[in-house]
Amino acid sequence: MITLLVAEHDNSELKLDTHKAVDAITKMGGDIHVLVAGAGCQSVAEHAAKLQGVSKVLVADHDLLAHGLAENLAPLVVDLADDYSHIVAPATTTGKNFMPRVAAALDVEQISDIIEVVSSDTFKRPIYAGNAIATVQSEYAKKVITVRTAAFDKVSETGSAEIVSLEAVADAGISNFVKQELTESERPELTAAGVVISGGRGMQNGDNFTLLEGIADKLGAAVGASRAAVDAGFVPNDMQVGQTGKIVAPDLYIAVGISGAIQHLAGMKDSKVIVAINKDPEAPIFQVADYGLEADLFEALPELETKL
Amino acid sequence: MKVLVPVKRVIDYNVKARVKADNTDVDLTNVKMAMNPFCEIAVEEAVRLKEKGTATEIVVVSIGSKSCHEQLRTALALGADRAIHIDTELNLGSLQVAKLLSKVVEEEQPELVILGKQSIDADNNQTGQMLAALTNRPQGTFASEVVVEDNKVAVTREVDGGLQTVSLNLPAIVTTDLRLNEPRYASLPNIMKAKRKPLDVKVAADMGLELSSKINLLKVEEPSQREGGVMVESVDELLEKLRNEAKVIA
Ligand SMILES: Cc1cc2nc3c(=O)[nH]c(=O)nc-3n(C[C@H](O)[C@H](O)[C@H](O)COP(=O)(O)OP(=O)(O)OC[C@H]3O[C@@H](n4cnc5c(N)ncnc54)[C@H](O)[C@@H]3O)c2cc1C
Ligand SMILES: Nc1ncnc2c1ncn2[C@@H]1O[C@H](COP(=O)(O)O)[C@@H](O)[C@H]1O
Repeated sequence: MITLLVAEHDNSELKLDTHKAVDAITKMGGDIHVLVAGAGCQSVAEHAAKLQGVSKVLVADHDLLAHGLAENLAPLVVDLADDYSHIVAPATTTGKNFMPRVAAALDVEQISDIIEVVSSDTFKRPIYAGNAIATVQSEYAKKVITVRTAAFDKVSETGSAEIVSLEAVADAGISNFVKQELTESERPELTAAGVVISGGRGMQNGDNFTLLEGIADKLGAAVGASRAAVDAGFVPNDMQVGQTGKIVAPDLYIAVGISGAIQHLAGMKDSKVIVAINKDPEAPIFQVADYGLEADLFEALPELETKL
Repeated sequence: MKVLVPVKRVIDYNVKARVKADNTDVDLTNVKMAMNPFCEIAVEEAVRLKEKGTATEIVVVSIGSKSCHEQLRTALALGADRAIHIDTELNLGSLQVAKLLSKVVEEEQPELVILGKQSIDADNNQTGQMLAALTNRPQGTFASEVVVEDNKVAVTREVDGGLQTVSLNLPAIVTTDLRLNEPRYASLPNIMKAKRKPLDVKVAADMGLELSSKINLLKVEEPSQREGGVMVESVDELLEKLRNEAKVIA
């Protein structure tokens, strides 16, 4: 039994999602190989070789793979699939994009977003926005799986796997990368942060998010948002926490001016400690909060920042 | 240009799903059902393409029991031209759905297929990508902008770090994210008109595909519930609790 894990990275940095996916695979048992597919990604491969439990790193370094286009990445993974019992990727937007393409090409049903490994063929995954947890068993010879990384811990960097370079890849010739606009931030990434402070429609506008940023800087926190705040244009889409945005499980989650719709809760209710600040005592967010503060956020936030 | 839009009938997004007492599945008896919200966005995008003159015909397709006629009629009222119902009582996985859809693509030859990125019941987020693999078409997933130009489509995608734009050769597959558009409501006259639009029924079992799943659903449980928390009176009390009780800040 050998698992192929497709690493999450941006060609210069290996993302912690990869470390966490290795933790999930360790619970399935067997050997672990990591594929680093990208352009100019040698340093990522060297980093991946340190992940505890990984015995081999395969590097596919080619311009065609620079931006993770599914049309070029999926065939590469499919070509490697023969040697593996499990093919795994973190359930990031990259993993969600190319993995079902791999699964269909292999004629396998994918198991998305696992949160627990029961055995090498049986997994738990949330359905219905996390209002139910399904235990599913795959009878396929090959398992194709994406991992909800918020549910796993990162493995240490104490290993030293061998690194093997793969031969050139082919261009499917049906898609091209045009551009990307990535949000620049000095703060930790949402899915990697130990503390997350999120704002909702109650923030009223984008400028008011500076009230959250001041606190975030003091706590070393990432800043998130509800869908309503993103839709209203207060903040960019990559800040959305929820069923259809990012799933986070930090030690501390602070929800400010967020009502607590099912879809938002789906993205944060596994946080260790939840704080809610809302002026409406009936807001559903208080039902999941460990500490609720009924207050006007425009008074509570400046006070909180000063006293931290 | 012909556009195909697969739509799924799912639990209404406002309803909280309950697990059956015997832990075999979620209980959907007497639960309000609706069109998957991402599929509404897909229909809306197709209708806008038609209004711009880019699309000439919109075909909607739904796979499931006869009750999904309701969602197909809704799509027709929103502006689709005709509907296909693929009848099955089986609870299909995304791969089987994608296989059935690939048959429809083979027959209809749409230049663009627009699906939702995710159905809010199974939360799979797979079907569009699988359909793209099976039909060997390029995919633009999690779209927040779709621009058709000549024989290509430019898709702006919502990705973890921000936005990415790709250019796909047509024919192509697109899946919708929340901010692609804001779906309209169907007007009463259009709801009446929709009743007379064509709705063809095909039987899934007659389409020559293996539809059984090799994924067994062993159990469905309630998620672990959070212990009820406390209300604090002030910022001072909040900080005291976070420091000394929860010990999550210094
Ligand atoms: C298919 C689908 C997917 C979705 N996915 C997501 C998702 O991934 N993530 C997500 O978040 N949502 C998602 N939603 C949207 C979700 O249903 C809610 O609409 C959204 O979460 C509401 O955001 P909100 O809590 O910021 O806004 P509101 O519900 O409007 O709540 C605003 C809150 O702010 C409080 N408030 C206002 N002013 C103040 C003040 N001065 N001080 C203190 N409190 C104040 C109010 O009391 C209120 O509780 C999805 C919806 C659909 C249909
Ligand atoms: N039974 C179905 N009938 C029609 N379309 C479907 C069906 N299931 C999934 N789809 C389409 O695939 C999208 C993504 O679903 P999923 O991959 O199941 O999360 C949906 O938004 C629909 O556009």
